[in-house]
Formats: sequence, C-alpha cells, structure tokens
Amino acid sequence: MHSDVWIAGGGVICGIGNNLSECLTAFERMEPGMAHMEYLHSVHRHTFPVVEVKASNATLAGWTGMSEKISRTALLSRVAAQEAWNSTGLGDISQYRVGFVSANTVGGMDKTEDFFADYLQDPSKGHLSQVVHHECGAITELVADAMGIRHHMSTISTACSSSANALMYGARLIKNNMVDVVIAGGTDALTRFTLNGFNTLMILDPAACRPFDDTRTGLNLGEGAGYVVLISDALAAELPASHQPWCRLSGYANANDAYHQTASSPDGTGNFLAMQSALEMSGIKPEDIDYINLHGTGTQNNDSAEGSAIARLFAPHYPPVSSTKSFTGHTLGASGGIEAVFSAWAVKEGVIYPNANFSKQMKELPFSPVTKFSAGRQLQHVMSNSFGFGGNCSSLVFSKNAQS
Amino acid sequence: MEKLMAALKAQIVEQLNLQEVKPEDIGDDQPLFKDGLGLDSIDALEIIVLLQQHYGIRIANPEQGPEIFHSVRTIAEFITAHQTAK
Amino acid sequence: MYNGEAYITGTCVVRNNRIYRDGVLLLETPQEQELTDFLRAGYDQVSGQYPKFHKMDPLSKLGWLAAEVLLKDAPLNSYPPESVGLILANKSASLDTDLRYFDTVKDIASPALFVYTLSNIVMGEISIRHGFKGENAFFTADAFDPGFMAGYISQLFLENAVSACLCGWVEVMGPVYEVIMYKVERSGGELVFNADNLQKAGSI
Repeated sequence: MHSDVWIAGGGVICGIGNNLSECLTAFERMEPGMAHMEYLHSVHRHTFPVVEVKASNATLAGWTGMSEKISRTALLSRVAAQEAWNSTGLGDISQYRVGFVSANTVGGMDKTEDFFADYLQDPSKGHLSQVVHHECGAITELVADAMGIRHHMSTISTACSSSANALMYGARLIKNNMVDVVIAGGTDALTRFTLNGFNTLMILDPAACRPFDDTRTGLNLGEGAGYVVLISDALAAELPASHQPWCRLSGYANANDAYHQTASSPDGTGNFLAMQSALEMSGIKPEDIDYINLHGTGTQNNDSAEGSAIARLFAPHYPPVSSTKSFTGHTLGASGGIEAVFSAWAVKEGVIYPNANFSKQMKELPFSPVTKFSAGRQLQHVMSNSFGFGGNCSSLVFSKNAQS
Repeated sequence: MEKLMAALKAQIVEQLNLQEVKPEDIGDDQPLFKDGLGLDSIDALEIIVLLQQHYGIRIANPEQGPEIFHSVRTIAEFITAHQTAK
Repeated sequence: MYNGEAYITGTCVVRNNRIYRDGVLLLETPQEQELTDFLRAGYDQVSGQYPKFHKMDPLSKLGWLAAEVLLKDAPLNSYPPESVGLILANKSASLDTDLRYFDTVKDIASPALFVYTLSNIVMGEISIRHGFKGENAFFTADAFDPGFMAGYISQLFLENAVSACLCGWVEVMGPVYEVIMYKVERSGGELVFNADNLQKAGSI
C-alpha cells in the first residue's frame, strides 16, 4: 500500500529525435526542431513552423509492424511505448501484470480529416474505416493490443496536461497493487484540426517560439509521444544492477484554475496549487527543487501565469528552469509524457536542458531560463509542469533517493 | 454611423450567442468587456471573425483587440476608417 | 486512521429529455424536443442568471446543468475549494463538437467552438461556476463503469487528494446523450460510496 513508485525507464519520439538518445543530442547541440511542414498538408504550410516527427506514416508503420493505414497518433504511441519498455530490461511483457495509461487529445483525427476530404469531394469515396479510430480511447486499445498489454488500460483526455495526469493515474494503480508495471504517458499527432484551432485562437508564433522571453508571441505546434515505465518497490528491488531505476515519482498533484476555459488566471492560481501540493506529497520544500521543466508554451498568457506562480512559490531561491518546448514545440496531449521522460532522465544523469531562442528576460519576473545544456550535475529533485485548457494544472516531482 | 452600430449590435448578439441580451440593450459606448457586457478573450476572437465575415477586415494582431473592441462605437469607427481607406 | 470511506450525497440523471435528482423527476419535456431546446428548458428551470451557459457546447451544458441540479440547494462550500474534485468519463470525448467545429473550418473556423473540442472543458466550466480548484480527471471508456469509478475515487479520498467531488458519466453524440452524475463527500451521508450503490443510485 505504501509502495514508492519508481521510473524504470522511458521512451520518446518527437520532432527532435526518434528516440531519447537522439533528443539528448539535439539538446546538446542546440538544435530545435522547428521547420516547414513536410508531412502535414495544410494551407498554413508556409505561415507557421511546426515540429514534426521526421518520419512518414509508412516509415513509422515499418518500425512498429503496424498498418500504415492506422492513425499517426497510434503509430507514434507505439514507437515511444516500445522504447520505454525496452529501456527497462524487464524482458517478456507477458510475465507481469501491466497497465497502459495513455493520454491523447486528437485521437484518430488525422484519419478523420482524410475521410472528410475524400467524402466532401465524392460522398461515395470516403473510407469509413478511417473514422473508426477517431475516439481517443481507440488509440490506446490499438497500441495495448499490439504490445500484448491486457491487465489494464485507460485513456485520459484533459488537454495539454493529459499525459502528466496519466502518470498520476498510473502511480495510483501501482500504489494500490492493481498491476506490477504501468506504461504511462501520452501521444498526439499534428493535425490540421489543431493547427487551424490554435490559429483561430491567435496564439501560433509565425517564427520559432520564445518561451519565457519578454518578446514571446505564441507557440509552435509539435507532435510526438512519450512514456515512462512505472514500477513498485517490490519490482524495483528485483531489477538487475545493469538496469537500476532512473528515479522515483515522489510527488504529483492536479488542480483546477477555475478561471477561464482557455486562459490562465493572471497569478497562476491553479499552477501554484498544483506545484505546492506536489511538493507536499514529495515531502520537500521549494528550495529542494534543483530544476523545473516548465510548461512554458511561449504564449503571453501561459508564461506570465506560470512565471508568477513560480515567483510566488519559490522566492527568493529560484531553481534553474527551462522549457523544452523551445525544441520540441507544444506536443499537446503528449507533452506531459515527453517532458516526464526528459525530467526523469534529468534526475538520473544530472541533465539541465537549455531553453532555445531566449534573449530578453520577462519584465515581470525576477528570473530567466537556462540557455545552456549541462550534464553530470547532482539533481535530487526535478519538477515538471503541465497545464492545459479547461484550467487543468498538473505538477510532477521526480526524486533521486528512496524515501527516508 | 448609427445604422452601422445597430447592425453591429445585432451581429454581436448573434455571433456571440448572447441569448439573454437584446441588441438594443447594448449602449453605443458601453464597455463590451469585463464589467460592461462581460465579454472575454474568446469573444474578442469571435468579433475578429465577425469583422472578417461581414466587413472583410482582417485583424492579424490580437494585441489590437482591447483598443478596437472597447465599445460598439469604437468598432464602428474602426470599420469606417478601414473601409474608406480601401 | 481514515480508511478512505465516503458517501454518495446526491445523484442527478439526465436522459430522454428528463432530469432527475435523487430519483425524483424535476423536469420533463416532450420526447421529440431537440437537445438544444431541452437544455435551454433545463437552464431556465434550475438556474438562469448565467449567460455564459448559452455559449457552451452540448457536453458542457449537460455537465454544467447536472452540477447545478446537485449543488443548487446543497453546495459543497463547507470544503476548501482545492479539495473538491471532478472525475468524469464518457464514450465520445468531444467528438460531437469536433465535427461541428470541422464544419466551420471550410468557411472561417470558429474560435468559440474550438475551445470546446476538448472533453475536459466541461470540468473547467463547472469549476469556474462553483470555484472548485481540486483534482480533475476525464476518462474515455466504452460504457459507464461504476467499479472503475468507485476504485479510482476511493483512492483519491484515501490519499487526501479530495474531500468531496462530483463524478460520473457525461456523454453526448448528436441527439444521443446521457448524464449520471454523483455528489460524493467524505462525511455527511448514509449511502456508502461503492460500485453497487453507484449502480443503484443511478438506475432510474
């Protein structure tokens, strides 16, 4: 019942790399992934840079052994979930009670769009099989089936905090001894739907995004998937010396900002409550946090709300902070999972990720983000923030040692 | 100007789905946002759509919103200025 | 030591153009009436005075209305706002609104509609109305699963993540809809919060 929850491994695919190692190289070399659209067809092709996974559906299908006709959301999910599993050294997945908790916001929207495009041209043309997987839950089932996961699966849809909430949910499954292992995170493919939507909200930056910069004007959309593998104390103790857990998921919390459907409250009330409660669960103080992986979308509203909440909670000791979205773009339902992998790895290897495109400190804030990559530091506790539309705010804390 | 403002009020009520407000209840100079009519940032975006649909005017920078959308009169003035400018 | 026990202190069911609170019929409109008009009738009867209601999509209206029914005479304001949670589930996520938004993209995409293309916005609307700042989760599943709901939420109570919550099923896809929403509190009730009682309280 009082088991700790350990991170046994992780996997990620996004616009700066098809696996964690490639992503780390991109951070080290300061190579953000913003580019013109290559795989998505949109009238905004030359207006807005995006951060696409640099692989076609056929390529992703080849890597995963899945059909290239299924949604890109599922293909991306499978790539990252498999990498996460392989990184643990747990071996045959059928030996364990495994749960799959996956978040997404677009479901099979990419295929639905194709269906409509065909259908509108010629109503006899559209293939209904393309809309069968539209529902968010269908994506999770496809991937769980492909991986042979049978004990538990859940799909969470709480906007851009979805996959952070998947980790919270997965941790509870472990604490309740309902399963031995949970693969938790999220996935989202880039679609015209989200691109058009964020465009109508007028929060897309026509240049590379500049999170936590005074000159920021919006976000860049990305795509990808990220999963960690959560295990219990009992299983952590059985891991071979070659595959020790990366760290613990020591704290997590979710709060609602209760302010507006899409906008954060000016002082970031929900952000503050989520960070504060997560620290409380970890049993640590603000000054114990050694690095914060920011939500940091690059919109005026998010960064000033998140910044204000951090200033209020952490003053006067501001830890190093950065937004990896300055490299990966905002991957929506996948972002919390991708950033959880980065944050857990940060604890393991003492990595602090850089914030790209930073030049001018926000005038309302007493701190600015880290702009250089570093590794081999001693990081005891790392916080990862994920905030979403609907006022949904989540914070996770990853910690080095077992609870004393 | 009076005619334009009357038309705008009807369009705002319809576009923003203000079911409990009658167009004639909106004052020419009444603030549309916050304590006035209580509109929010999403409503501002819908007004941008409205201007594009009905008047062919594009506002690319949402930062301009608060100034232009202060009241029905300021929107009407903005429309007039942009239509004569063409 | 607290064992995570909680009580069902209210139930609201909305289906077939009828609204029930704790098994008692509050409102019924003709079966052939369209959902939009039924929702408006519900708003006029149980609430009014909240113009933002008219801007919501059907999913948010349904959830918001059920919350209104549950909280109107017995609000949860004795609990700290950050300890009141919302845990909802449905089958179609926001598909109903996704498709309507899709339709506007051909012309000029509607920002007001795009906002509702996320299923968790209904929880945002309820939180804004009642000032709830506690934990939220939204799950998609094929059918309402009282066992799952009971298990998950008991854990939230046990962890002290919530002291009270609204939970249940809020589904809409085209003309087909159903809401089964519960108010659950750490104390103050007789009906113990478990899967069986969720099932019973929601059967009408």
